[in-house]
Amino acid sequence: MKVALFIPCYIDQFYPQVGIATLELLEKLGCEVFFPLKQTCCGQPMANSGFVSLSKGCDQNFVRNFIGFDYIVAPSGSCVLHIKEQLKDDNSSHAAKKIKQSIYELTEFLTDILIVKGLTASFPYKVGLHNGCHGQRGLGLSSMSERMLPAFSKPEHLLSMVKGLELRKPLRNDECCGFGGTFCVFEEAVSVKMGKDRITEHEANEVDYITGGDTSCLMHLEGILKRKGSRIKTIHIAEILNSNY
Amino acid sequence: MSANHSALAEQFIANEQRTNWHDETLWLVRTKRDKAAHGLPEWEQLREWASLIKNHSLSNLYNYLKEFEANATANGITVHWAVDGEEHNKIIHSIVQNHQAKKIVKSKSMLTEECHLNEYLSHQGIDVVDTDLGERIVQLRNEPPSHIVLPAIHLKKQDVSDTFHQFLQTEKGNNDPQYLTEAARQHLRNKFIEADIAITGVNFAVAETGSFVVCTNEGNADMGAHAAAIHIACMGFEKIIPKVQHLGVYLRMLARSATGQPITTYSSHFQKPGPGQEMHIIIVDNGRSKQLGRKDFRNSLKCIRCAACFNTCPVYRRSGGHSYHTSTAGPIGSILNPNIDMKANADLPFASTLCGSCSNVCPVKIDIHEQLWKWRQEIVKEGYTATVKKIGMKGMAFVLSRPGAYRLAGKSARTILRWFPFLLKSRKLNPWYKQREMPAAPRRSFREWYLKSKKS
Repeated sequence: MKVALFIPCYIDQFYPQVGIATLELLEKLGCEVFFPLKQTCCGQPMANSGFVSLSKGCDQNFVRNFIGFDYIVAPSGSCVLHIKEQLKDDNSSHAAKKIKQSIYELTEFLTDILIVKGLTASFPYKVGLHNGCHGQRGLGLSSMSERMLPAFSKPEHLLSMVKGLELRKPLRNDECCGFGGTFCVFEEAVSVKMGKDRITEHEANEVDYITGGDTSCLMHLEGILKRKGSRIKTIHIAEILNSNY
Repeated sequence: MSANHSALAEQFIANEQRTNWHDETLWLVRTKRDKAAHGLPEWEQLREWASLIKNHSLSNLYNYLKEFEANATANGITVHWAVDGEEHNKIIHSIVQNHQAKKIVKSKSMLTEECHLNEYLSHQGIDVVDTDLGERIVQLRNEPPSHIVLPAIHLKKQDVSDTFHQFLQTEKGNNDPQYLTEAARQHLRNKFIEADIAITGVNFAVAETGSFVVCTNEGNADMGAHAAAIHIACMGFEKIIPKVQHLGVYLRMLARSATGQPITTYSSHFQKPGPGQEMHIIIVDNGRSKQLGRKDFRNSLKCIRCAACFNTCPVYRRSGGHSYHTSTAGPIGSILNPNIDMKANADLPFASTLCGSCSNVCPVKIDIHEQLWKWRQEIVKEGYTATVKKIGMKGMAFVLSRPGAYRLAGKSARTILRWFPFLLKSRKLNPWYKQREMPAAPRRSFREWYLKSKKS
């Protein structure tokens, strides 16, 4: 299966290990992975700040890079949701439409398209899962505590296949971490307080790692954890699913 | 605008213990709501119906409002129309003057808060006593409500005790809730008996019968309306529903969404004035028709004021209602208030992480978080954005849309972080760094790794 890999800008620059794990994992599972070399950013930082008009350039660049692939996969629920909801290119509207239909967040691609039944991964640690809001509520990667619908979770389903991993759920299983894009700096006080409160619940569970499908949430939580000198580490779910400890 | 949400929230959070208490109290209300909603297997179906009935009512407002007016008038109710808050206040003032009324009691009505009725009448030398316990507490403290269902949720027992000691002469330091509510009960009982006029809000107005429903837990709307000679009910025009049978949908959802109760203690139906009494209803626009005309924001008028979006909002729980500096706070306030004054409320749509929990709990399925996103676009388009943010965004867009510039900027940022981290480590200049460490900067980007290990 031919798959184009979209590595969001901040992962490319600051968390390359997440991109590497995603690529290796997809290859292990039999995909032929392509990485379009001129990709940059999905445009979300501008659009969510009210400047959707300024994300045109990113949109066009995205379409140029990802035109013609059957599947596009990215290790980020937030960026995928943005593309699905906002990608627009008046010059190639057909291509843009096709991209919106063929882009997948990593865990949904593994669950729904590859229909993964087992993994060779092993990760002998206590792990807390942070459900990123855009992946969960936006893409529907798992059921939501507000809705009265049957329970399921694509990331939990995948984590359950990892040898040695002990999943510990926080009390408020789907509360936002407070990253929120530029919210994290313009509403710094609330943002950090929200992050601290998430961490408190994972600490109570004595986890070794907090994982999740969005590096942006994890980067925010990691910043707070490091500042307080916590022993808890953050790790992207792709790294766990690709792990072999 | 005196201060924006972010600054006011920072002040609120400065007392972290109190913030935790506020967060936990409202989270408890949210869990009660979850439990109540889980108790109804048809919950999601009810939401759909509630949304569709409101959708239909909003699309046929003119007809239903006229039908309501005709039926209410035939029932002996005097119907008034107010284009804005000022006209609403003037109508009430003229009723007060016509009857030379001196004493007024008022049960909870967010519309009168929105129209600043109490201030208006107080300027005319007329005092209004709020009879909802929470509203009375904040009124004595000269504060606005911080929550539309739980107006004094920002206060603790000790604060109420201090306030009652000052105004109702209760024992200093007695924080016993029963003692304090008994004091309020005695104090308010006299106000009810003495009142010439009772003002109430309206939760639902039924077109086919010309009647309306007021929901309270304290029975204070009924106490006022039954005891006083004149009852004035104030409603925003979006409160209209076509038929009595539709109440079956909303009354089941309102209290469950608000507090987790199956129904409010009192759901009082008013159809005509009692013998020797007068009944008035004021139907208010105050910006609603403008909102109705905004395609993207029209659905916000479906709101039944349950405040479920407040209780679930992780930002509201940690910043308190007063940080929204408007009569209706929380997520719903952040999509309603920019319509009334976009400049003064330009900060509110940004006081959200767009987590989407508000839209999920909404009993009438308002796409709240999507409207927050759309208001952001409107606000930028109208130019209510700080210049520095505008320049920053333009720079960002320039770099991120050009692969070469992006790679250069990324490499430079990583180099700076690796070799000159002190440049970014200023708690004053870099809000990220104030309470968070910077991410570690790797030597190679993913793309650089890819070119080296995969392409060769």
